[in-house]
Amino acid sequence: MASEPLLTPDVLVIGAGPAGLTAALTAAQGGASVLLADLNPGPGGQIWRGLKAGQGGEAGDLLRQVQAQPKVQTLYGAELKLVETVQGRNRPERVAQFGTPGGARRVQAGTVILATGSSERFLPFPGWTLPGVVGAGGLQAMVKGGLDVKGARVVVAGSGPLLLAVAAGLRAKGAKVVAVAEQAGVGSLAAFGLAAARSGGKAGEAAELAWALRGVPYLPATFPVRAEGEKQLERVTLRTGRAEFGLRCDWLAAGFGLVPDTRAAALFGCALGSGGEVQVSVWGATSVPGVYAAGELTGVGGADKARLEGFVAACAATGQVERLHDAPRQAESVRSFQAALGRSFALRPQLARLAAPATIVCRCEDVPHAALQGCHSWTEAKLHTRCGMGPCQGRICGPATETLYGWRFSGVRPPLSPLSIADLLSEPAPISPLPASQEPI
Amino acid sequence: MPEILLNGRPVRVPAEVTLLAALHAAGYGSTRVSLSGERRGALCGMGICYECRVRVNGTTQRSCLTPVQDGMRVEEVPNGL
Repeated sequence: MASEPLLTPDVLVIGAGPAGLTAALTAAQGGASVLLADLNPGPGGQIWRGLKAGQGGEAGDLLRQVQAQPKVQTLYGAELKLVETVQGRNRPERVAQFGTPGGARRVQAGTVILATGSSERFLPFPGWTLPGVVGAGGLQAMVKGGLDVKGARVVVAGSGPLLLAVAAGLRAKGAKVVAVAEQAGVGSLAAFGLAAARSGGKAGEAAELAWALRGVPYLPATFPVRAEGEKQLERVTLRTGRAEFGLRCDWLAAGFGLVPDTRAAALFGCALGSGGEVQVSVWGATSVPGVYAAGELTGVGGADKARLEGFVAACAATGQVERLHDAPRQAESVRSFQAALGRSFALRPQLARLAAPATIVCRCEDVPHAALQGCHSWTEAKLHTRCGMGPCQGRICGPATETLYGWRFSGVRPPLSPLSIADLLSEPAPISPLPASQEPI
Repeated sequence: MPEILLNGRPVRVPAEVTLLAALHAAGYGSTRVSLSGERRGALCGMGICYECRVRVNGTTQRSCLTPVQDGMRVEEVPNGL
């Protein structure tokens, strides 16, 4: 039933975080018309969630530049559902279908830049399904969406530099951060600190975070083993070495690093690397002609890497190779930071053994650990237990089963997320700019 | 402050926030019941986990991605959906 009107930009950018915003701006500067689509109600992605053009700093600057570009159109609240390949004027082009609050939208473009970022890795432990146990980046996102944490007791746990940024943000909103528990050991953290200090700009960020978190215990080699509460979270038990201790809290914000979000890339048919990241050339080209990838989905490395890759991919995709003279030097710096991240925050093996037999692993279908232990692969688990077959389609339990059972989480198939019958049947409506009243929250 | 109809009962909630934040402000820290009957609340905060889904004006939406609006009818999803 889907028919015209179809949006036909030169470049479709999916994801409006640091990589996507940079890519959209760069492509438009080269003369291309760009459609920038994002699932969220506004720009910024996860790291710059709630980004406003009025704000200072590099994020605000970037957004103002994007908004000043008449060649960039935006489509927010747009979730990618389906992709087809069609014959364009002189080469294959992609048609992407999005679900939006205003109904289905279809976009045909010869060039696609995927900037879908990363999501948190969640690991099951007894009690992790209690209301009040949330992601670390998850709680940060909820607070940016207006969740009130004033006076709430929060334990931040898991792994990675994100924990510190989350803790500082929560504290700024009036939360009482009881402790930050980092599973990596002291040696790893010291090595990471040195690597970050060598990477320009990161030392200043670290000093700011340290100041924002003065007085908050930062516990290395410490991880959650159990969450308890009557109807919702009341208490978490942490382990360090052989010692366990309990902390009373209203929220446990636990994230075990970030996982490249490659689902859109898989739908486009892009090849993935051994670490589950999208494989790209030095120019950001994926294995599918005309499809590029930039940012966390090519390997988790932070916003500087994302911005650089967004710039490089857009230059390469729109024939602006002359702008790339400084890129190799910058790429070396972000890559060394990325490598330090991976080394320093590698997950300790005990984390794969926290789940008890009755602990739910797949939250959508309520599949317990005991039911999955007898399975040998993700596909077998899906067939036998319905693991990964609920609304989230394995986005939470898939990365968890990688860590728990060493499975390769695979088998993305269209539609990427639940699709309403109305969207399937509706005529795609033409796109129009958001009215001013629909400022992102 | 916008007013939403929460399980049939009018509730005033903060403006300019997500429906998830509004539900929490109204005292709903849990958004659904799982297949096996556990109470669940939001997990990821970014539209991935679907734990925060509720019925909004008759269709299922992720409350973390939905800006709250005056007059919204919000109900818990039927068990298992």
